[in-house]
Amino acid sequence: MRLAQHMAIASDRVTATAIDATEFPELARAYQVSGVPKIVINDRVELLGAYPEPQFLEAVLRGATDPAGDQ
Amino acid sequence: MAILQSRDEDAVRKEFQRIAGPVKLVVFSQELVAGDLCRQNEQLIKEVAALSDQISVEVLNPAIDKERAQAYGIEEVPATVVEGARDYGVRFLGIPAGYEFSNLIDSIIAVSSGEAALTDDTKASLAALAGDVDIKVFSTPT
Repeated sequence: MRLAQHMAIASDRVTATAIDATEFPELARAYQVSGVPKIVINDRVELLGAYPEPQFLEAVLRGATDPAGDQ
Repeated sequence: MAILQSRDEDAVRKEFQRIAGPVKLVVFSQELVAGDLCRQNEQLIKEVAALSDQISVEVLNPAIDKERAQAYGIEEVPATVVEGARDYGVRFLGIPAGYEFSNLIDSIIAVSSGEAALTDDTKASLAALAGDVDIKVFSTPT
């Protein structure tokens, strides 16, 4: 969560929400959380486990890019 | 009974010496939806806020304060928004205990200055974002 929240502080475009998977089992199920930490970016890019800043950023940039190319 | 033990409080107080400005913790609680969890979350947040005179707490009920909940994008309880000079988009769904507790403390210090602890390269890439990015981080308390 630390990287995500610092990215939210750095950019008005980014929001970061930490979700307790045990308190919100339905959300965890909906996002198929099988291990933690699980990171979901714009509901389309997923990471499992802790990643260093460059790889995390790469995933965020990938999540920010609409595959249809209309963003 | 207090959630934080005195040694936790001492450690957090020491961290909070780095707080650079006012921080508001906006707590969303709804007794009818998740009474126990909401009460525990409110208590933890208030105990944390009591460790610095720079931190204030506002408790809202999403069923009553609908417009505020909508503005913050809060649909579930308990939820906490960590706000500095403005809303940076940092939220916790559920009680920020265990592993997330240190992230709560870190986010309070970070929003107090608005300074993100990221490399210049990362900041430059984020500044160039053309669309909104929603990051959800699922974790468990232990």
